[in-house]
Amino acid sequence: MIGRILAIARIEATITRRNRWLLMATLIMLLFALALSFAGSAPTGTLGVDMLTVSVASMTTLSVYLAPLLALLMAFDSIAGESERGGLGLLLSYPVSRGEILIGKFLAHLAALGFAMMIGFGAAGIVAALYGGADAASLTALLRLILTSILLGAAFLALGYLMSGLAGSATGAAGLCAGLWLVFVVLYDLGLLGAVVMDSGGWFTRQLFPWVMAANPADAFRLWNVAASEGVAMTTGLSGAATALPVWAAPLSLLLWPVLALALARLAFARVEP
Amino acid sequence: MVDVLTIREAGKTRGRLRTLDAVSLEVETGQRIALLGHNGAGKTTLMKAVLGLTQLDSGTIEVDGARPGSAHARSVTAYLPEAVSFHKALTGREQLTLFARLAGAGTGRVARDLVRVGLADAADRRIGTYSKGMRQRLGLAQVLLGRPKLALLDEPTSGLDPISRHELYAIIDEMAGQGTAVMISSHTLTEVEARTDRIAILREGRVVADDTLANLTLRAGLPTRLRIRTSEGVAERIAAETSGTRVNGVSVDLLCAPEAKMAELRRLSAMGEAIADIEMHPPRLEDLYRHYSQGDGR
Repeated sequence: MIGRILAIARIEATITRRNRWLLMATLIMLLFALALSFAGSAPTGTLGVDMLTVSVASMTTLSVYLAPLLALLMAFDSIAGESERGGLGLLLSYPVSRGEILIGKFLAHLAALGFAMMIGFGAAGIVAALYGGADAASLTALLRLILTSILLGAAFLALGYLMSGLAGSATGAAGLCAGLWLVFVVLYDLGLLGAVVMDSGGWFTRQLFPWVMAANPADAFRLWNVAASEGVAMTTGLSGAATALPVWAAPLSLLLWPVLALALARLAFARVEP
Repeated sequence: MVDVLTIREAGKTRGRLRTLDAVSLEVETGQRIALLGHNGAGKTTLMKAVLGLTQLDSGTIEVDGARPGSAHARSVTAYLPEAVSFHKALTGREQLTLFARLAGAGTGRVARDLVRVGLADAADRRIGTYSKGMRQRLGLAQVLLGRPKLALLDEPTSGLDPISRHELYAIIDEMAGQGTAVMISSHTLTEVEARTDRIAILREGRVVADDTLANLTLRAGLPTRLRIRTSEGVAERIAAETSGTRVNGVSVDLLCAPEAKMAELRRLSAMGEAIADIEMHPPRLEDLYRHYSQGDGR
């Protein structure tokens, strides 16, 4: 089983490298992270934190948008596209299970995504630390940002496979993924904002809102990074919701999502007839 | 002989369409069987059902005694999909290595099979640069990999030039010689005619014929066509005497039942100088195919 998973992962990794996906993802991460680090370095003095902390806060906001996007772009073609090209039928005529195919692809895509995150955020972090100083707390925050970004990416890779398994075609899967991104990353927050404004400090805002927020992997990612670092919380202004929740809520959500979404993707994959 | 593939009363409905209707077939070790039929007759559906990719509504399929899609069935079956497409960014060798690993066949065979299908020189080039024939040959190389007991080839010759087709059938013969049962779906009747042991014809999801070419010919009772070239100026008279049809100035066409052929020939040779030559055209697979697939058969 492990042998077959690794064989799939190996070939997917080769494909990711060959079709320049790895290069593009890494470049995108690097450019955005560097740009944000420098653009966001202005308020350092007024807040009294080092530049790396500010940089991590900016990159947290960046990652909420970029990590899901890159992950979905990598994943959407995985099942529907292969099925369309006729490669899936051939692959499944071999003694390899659908679960093994899915996990093999997941490992390869996650490795590529992790590589891009580490290079992008790592380089921006080093630059910020060299220019504006860093301490143990801000370095931990950077490390946490990289790890949670990879987790966020993992959740959306799995969600991408789920969409790919549900859609009949690669084009359909791309559309579903675009919708998914919009809902989780943009509309969800807008909806919550609207509800909070309507509720004006009532039961919903104080009791339910933080939990609903933590249920969304993108927000859980934000909450985790904010709650864990005082400096980051200060610079993002998100501390209200973060402090209302127990410490484990956001990490649990972010850890559960990849597992849950992978299981759902496996179920959707089972129904695909190549 | 042992049956590698047993299909009993297989049925499958897609929407309102009956894609497979009580299909029963048996394929023995080392047998080459051709699966013929119009587009949409159910050939590909049948292959996918044998692979376990499509679930049947009724009936059973056994691949070497196992359920289609089970680990054992998959490990003894090889498949070449119609118009196979591999990932463009990979090289032929990488793609084949993946399949070898999945089949548990060991990667030692990869280089040998690439040579066997004539891709040794292109092995380390990307599949994106391959011609259609080369992709098809790569597809055939992966069929060879696992030394399967059953090989399902869906339109293997489509898009191949005559030389490649010849090589493909040579490889198929070799596989059959080693005991692999080969099922080939095809439109190219002339090749199938010479290169398979048995022919099954599907029409609207039903098996309308399943036998050797000789038996199918006998059962269809299609006439043999005799083309008689007559001496100068007597074609009209010969046509009248033999109740044949005059084709041009010197030729007459005569249709006769298989069993009446020898009697007819004796009668013609008794006519002496008036007959210059006789060409015999026994019914070809194309005629048989038309006969069975258009519903004249049953």
